[in-house]
This record gives sequence, structure tokens and C-alpha cells, in this order.
Amino acid sequence: MHPAPSIIFFTAASGAGYGLLVFAALAGLIGLVPVGSASGFALLLPALLLVAAGLLASAGHLGHPERAWRAFSQWRSSWLSREGVAAVVSFVPALGLAWAWALDGRLAPLLALATILMAVLTVYCTAMIYASLKPIPRWHHRLVPPVYLGLGAASGSAVGIAAAAWTGAPLLPLAPLVALALLVGWGLKWRYWQSVDTQPATATTADTVGLGDRGTVRLVEPPHTERNYILDEMGFRIARKHSAKLRRHALVAGLALPLVALVLALLLPSAAAALLLSIGAALALVGVAIERWLFFAEAEHMVMLYYGKGAV
Amino acid sequence: MTSLPATPSAKRLGLVIDLDTCVGCQACVVHCKEWNTSSGASALSDTEPYGEEPSGAWLNRVHGFELDDSASGGCGSTVHFPRSCLHCENAACVTVCPTGASYKRAEDGIVLVDESKCIGCGLCAWACPYGAREMDQVAKVMKKCTLCVDRIYNENLPVEEREPACVRTCPAKARHFGDLGDPESDVSQLVAERGGVALMPELDYRPTNRYLPPRRPVPTADQKAALEPAPGGFLGWLDRLLADQP
Ligand code: SF4
Ligand code: SF4
Repeated sequence: MHPAPSIIFFTAASGAGYGLLVFAALAGLIGLVPVGSASGFALLLPALLLVAAGLLASAGHLGHPERAWRAFSQWRSSWLSREGVAAVVSFVPALGLAWAWALDGRLAPLLALATILMAVLTVYCTAMIYASLKPIPRWHHRLVPPVYLGLGAASGSAVGIAAAAWTGAPLLPLAPLVALALLVGWGLKWRYWQSVDTQPATATTADTVGLGDRGTVRLVEPPHTERNYILDEMGFRIARKHSAKLRRHALVAGLALPLVALVLALLLPSAAAALLLSIGAALALVGVAIERWLFFAEAEHMVMLYYGKGAV
Repeated sequence: MTSLPATPSAKRLGLVIDLDTCVGCQACVVHCKEWNTSSGASALSDTEPYGEEPSGAWLNRVHGFELDDSASGGCGSTVHFPRSCLHCENAACVTVCPTGASYKRAEDGIVLVDESKCIGCGLCAWACPYGAREMDQVAKVMKKCTLCVDRIYNENLPVEEREPACVRTCPAKARHFGDLGDPESDVSQLVAERGGVALMPELDYRPTNRYLPPRRPVPTADQKAALEPAPGGFLGWLDRLLADQP
């Protein structure tokens, strides 16, 4: 599938934004961060900005963004519509939480819980847009929603601890939460990669033309000689060795380096720690962006069986 | 409304395509483009039609395949395969649509796009396993086969023209149009008689359209004899000798 930059940015940024909202609300509820206007601004402003930037980028992918409001109407059947509705609704508790925390310096526990719930729900809807598509076997996979949630939590917590560090909050109570999110998020992704690499093909060209019981079928005469929308959108191919390399980059940037930054930050004075954690957070976001690029580039659509691919 | 009709319609209009007679002439592709570019809400795009990289939206594409059925006793054949919307009963292209632009008609099962509502998100094209939807690169809305809904019910057309353009134009009569929900209809009879198939039933999209597989050639008596192993020895020699006599 064609890895469109706007969608990659959207899912990576909004995933991190919602992850950060969950991280902040959770840390506030358990008392891992001091609740005050400094931590309120530092944690919740970047979260809201990431979410808003992601949503704006997603509109950039549309042919008719001026009609985007219509996309809120079909939540009964469409995960994309549900995602839009959930994203808008999630702003209500999140803005309330931010208002109370940053301006009044107090934690509103009900708003914190509602923020967590809506953030998880929204990311789940985003993932289900992809996971519900049967023609793309690598997306129609049970681990896709957990991976989206896990990596949102991983990148969001990496941003969260960096933001908390700049306010001078103690890092030791937060660090285990961040490490856990990073390990779980990328651990799920690792399982997903293992699973899709050994997944048997779903169909062959003969199946797509209804002759699966007759023999094998091979394309000899494509229907058109030039590119078209189908080939541009669904005919994206990536060589196996490139994808192996990019998976390593994603793991190094998204998991290994943020973990190293986390450990070192615990040993360093606060300004240096904050700087290091910020670099770690940026790398965590880059790691997820690479992973998202691969999520598209490695996914094959069954329609390519009509265009000369033997099995998908 | 992108929820599917609560109960599947009794009437299921669709196409039956005969892979045995299709000669791959592309006439249906051209007539489809001709009719739909002038009758839809916007033209079917054609960018750089005479330039370096022509591209455009088409609702019907014909692929040429080679079938190797030697393992099951066949002798191989070319199969021309027209590909367009199958007007699925369980059309995920409709349910994924966030805007209500895509819908399935309750009265006859035709799947359509209301261009004025379409935001051009492309999700429906991802959801179709058969590649039946193409984004119009000029109008920026999704295009798909309408089963010529503006011909089949059109009382301004002579009766014989009230069928989809592709069906009307096919010189090999490889395309048939009718109600596949009615077991007595000509198309349903044809499907029953020829063992018509639905594409990729395991995906459970439940397509309405059916494809008739190529007939197995039935060898003539002469061909059968030619395939028999020739007897050897003296009798074989005598046989061949006599066969050569006028
Ligand atoms: S063939 Fe594709 S576009 Fe047509 S109804 Fe089925 S899923 Fe939808
Ligand atoms: S491209 Fe248009 S018809 Fe297709 S899902 Fe998006 S809004 Fe609906």
C-alpha cells in the first residue's frame, strides 16, 4: 500500500498525543507527578497539539476536505467515522482536565478517567480502520489494534517524561512506567512482525478469477499499459532486504535509544537529563514513523493478484 | 446511509460474464467509459490522454490471463477477464464509508456513490478486494460501476437499449444482465446450467455478479483416437500400413 506521508504523520502524531494524555492522566491519578500549573502545561499542551496536528494532517489526505464534516455521520457502520467522532468527543474531557490541572492546579479524577477512556477508544478506532479491511491480509490481523495502542503509549510516555523533566519533576517514579510502555509497545510489534512473516498466502490469482479448482493462472496481458489509481495506491512494493533494515532502524530509534536515554537521564543532573530525554522522545516518534511507513509499505492488497502478483 | 439494507433485496440486479466467449476486445471497456463519462455527475477523468503518461478513471478493465490446467487434464487456454463492480450483498466498500456517499440500494441491490457527499478519502477502494473502485484524479471523488442505473430504467431509451452499456455492446455476447435474485430469470438459469461462480466466496462479500468458467473442450472421436497410444509390433505395423491406404 502506498505510504502517504499525511496518514503516516496523522497516525504517529495522534497516537503519541493520545498516549501522552493517558500517561499524564495516569501519572496524575497515581501521584507520580506533582499536579500544578507547570506540569499541567508541560504534559497536556504537547498532547493536545500532537492530537490536533494529526487530525489536521489527516484532512490533508482528502480529495474534498471542505466536506470533511460529513465524515462524522456514519458512526453506525464506519470505523473511520467512529474515529472522527471519538477524536472530537475526546477533546471534551481532555480540555477539561487540562483546564483544571494547568490553570487551577488541581487534578479532576473523573475527567482524568474519562480522558484515558476516550484516548484508548480513539486509538482503537484508528487501528480498526485498518484491521477491518479483509483485502489487506497484513492489516486484517488481530495484533493491529494492540500494536497501535502499545506504540501510542510508548511514544507518548517518552514525550511525557521529557516534558516532566523540563519542569524539574522527579524522574525516578515515572521511569518504570515509560520503560514498561516502550517494552510492551515494541514487544507487540515484534510479535506482529513474526506473525505476518509466517502468515500463509490468503489467495492466488486463480482464486481471484474463480478458477482456483482448474489450475494456475498467470497474467499475460495487463488491462492497461500505464499506471492508474489502483497501481499507484495499492501497487507499492518494497524489497525484503530494505524492510528488514528499516525494521532494525525502527527498533533502534523507537525502543533502544529512548531506553538508553531513560537510564542515563536517571544518573544525570536535571537540565542534562531533560535534554537527553527530549532527544529520546524525538527518536521514539521517529521510530514509530518508520514503523508506520513500513505498516503501509509492507502491506499487500489482494487486487494486485489481478495485476501479476501470484499470491497475497 | 452506509449501513447495508436491513434485509437483502429480493431483486439482485447484476451481470453474468462468460469467460468462455469473452475475446478480450475491450469494447465493453470503451462503451462503459463513453456512456459514463457523459452521464455521471462528473466526467470520468482522462489526464494527459495523448501525452507521455496517460491515466484515467475507468469502471471496467479487461485482463488477459493464461490458464494452465494441465494438472487437471486440460490443455491450457487464454482467459480474458473483465473486472468491474460485482454489486456485493455484503459490500464492505459501503459500510466503511464515513460520509454516507457510498450506499447500496434496497430495491435492487445496486451499489452507488453520491459524488456530492464523497470526501475522496479512498477508504472504500481499499475495502474492495476486486479493485472495482477508482478515484477520479480530476473530480477527486470515487468512481465505480453504476450498472448503468441511468439506462436500465430509462424510459427515454428504446427498450432494447435498457441494459448496461457493456452488455449492449459486447460483440461476443459474453455479458448478460438480469435479476440474479430470481432463480427463474435467464441469467440465473444460465448460471445454473454453466456452473457460474462467485469470486473469492471465502471473503464473504457475497458478490451478485457471476462468472461462467471456460468450457472444457470435449475431444472429438478422431482426437481421442489420436491420443490413444499406438499399438506396437507386427499388428501396429499392419494397422499403420492399412490406415495409409486410400
Ligand atoms: S465489487 Fe467492490 S465496489 Fe463493488 S460492491 Fe463489491 S466490494 Fe463494493
Ligand atoms: S472515497 Fe468517498 S465514497 Fe469512498 S469511502 Fe471515502 S467518502 Fe465514501
